[in-house]
Amino acid sequence: MTALDVHLTRTIGEFDLDVAFSVESGISVLFGPSGAGKSLTLALVAGLLRPDTGTIAINGHIVTDCASRIFVSTQDRRIGMVFQDGLLLPHRTVLDNVALAVRQSNGRQARRAVARTWLERVGAEAFSERRPGSLSGGQRQRVALARALAGDPALVLLDEPISALDSAVRRELRTLIREVMISSGVPAVLVTHDADEAEELGDVVIGYNDGRVTAMRVVERTNDTGSQSEPFDGTEP
Amino acid sequence: MKREHSLVQQLRNEHHAATIGVTVLIGVGLGYGVAHLMAGYIAYWGVVSGPFFLTLRVAIPATLIAGVAGVASGYALAKGRFPGRDVLETIGSLPIILPPTVIGFYLLEVLSPGTRVGGFLTRVVGHDLVYNVAGCIVAATVAAFPFCMRAARSAIEGVDPMIEQAARAIGLPNWRVALLVTLPLARRGIAAGLTIGCARALGEYGATLMVGGDINGKTRTLSLAILDSFTTPERNAMLLILVLMAVAAMTGVGLLGRSRT
Repeated sequence: MTALDVHLTRTIGEFDLDVAFSVESGISVLFGPSGAGKSLTLALVAGLLRPDTGTIAINGHIVTDCASRIFVSTQDRRIGMVFQDGLLLPHRTVLDNVALAVRQSNGRQARRAVARTWLERVGAEAFSERRPGSLSGGQRQRVALARALAGDPALVLLDEPISALDSAVRRELRTLIREVMISSGVPAVLVTHDADEAEELGDVVIGYNDGRVTAMRVVERTNDTGSQSEPFDGTEP
Repeated sequence: MKREHSLVQQLRNEHHAATIGVTVLIGVGLGYGVAHLMAGYIAYWGVVSGPFFLTLRVAIPATLIAGVAGVASGYALAKGRFPGRDVLETIGSLPIILPPTVIGFYLLEVLSPGTRVGGFLTRVVGHDLVYNVAGCIVAATVAAFPFCMRAARSAIEGVDPMIEQAARAIGLPNWRVALLVTLPLARRGIAAGLTIGCARALGEYGATLMVGGDINGKTRTLSLAILDSFTTPERNAMLLILVLMAVAAMTGVGLLGRSRT
């Protein structure tokens, strides 16, 4: 089944976004320079903004259809989202942050148990009782990843989740994101302007430039440790 | 390690609750205690205690009502885009700039049993609102409300909207975002507004005089009693109590402001 189907336009000031693409399971990377419209696309998919025209379908369900005036709220899209700076709730513990995202379990203890499981999977169980303000950037992004997955989402959106981190932590988190997303089986769309990151994380790389999709390429992998493709510059060969 | 963190967190939460509790106790306790301890003034306790407890009976419910209404209105003003938004803010802020006697006059107009609203409220409460404690509470609530509303609005507008968006993106409905994200993050500003509102309610004079009638033993709060006993020695005890209550309230704001996020 198509995980995400996007046909949309949106104008903000002088900038025109006009994109159409479909992605299947695995990690799809929106890759391109800053200001190309990648994060705007993600915000429109998440329902944080409305497109001017077009449709968005997640797992075959229409969540936005401008012609039919359909607009499913962000809360009801069954998405998980990781932002560049985590955006965890600063006044709640790490465990609370993740437990709040759990939708499928009834009762506080059951939700916290699910949250603990996800914190273990991302290697963040050791600081489950701490508050986000006391964590490093890498630790916060681990928690944000756990929070995004804890709600049993149909699609996870990752908006430059590791671009603000130093190179050593980025390498570590690239591996973690790839492993956790593939093992969870939840399709993901990741935004980056880093070519290496796009190659390493993506099953499909969608090139963006100036509000348009310029290329789309499947990354060849012999195993799950890295790509075997030539570096991708975001344009068709 | 986890157990240690949990214990630390619990201790911090308890410390936070204890801070608020201790502040309230200090305010009431100091007021009560100092009135007694004022050497030579103990004989006046019989005169002072009535207005003191009446002031608490008026200021506490007035602050609670103004706080709830102020936070709700401040939230609506900060987040809502509805017709009449500016009118609501203007009307809500009027008690700050209008002379208290004007507020008192309009309250008398509204609350008198002969009016439609006053008649309805009289039937609900079971007795007249004017020249009663209930009327004093209404007057103090109206005086405190704009401070609570404006502080709440400002604090809520100061919450990073991206954190609220992130909360929606994990599936929290809007009402849970408001209760679990927005209001907790705005709590310092809200607490400051509540404290100033409480101080305003404690010291309310003009509107309370007109609506309550300054009836000795019934509606004479401390600020009214001070003027009535201006030439008598017990005024010092009353003045000191009000000053200490105000100091306790402001200390409370300072402690809340220093509490960590």
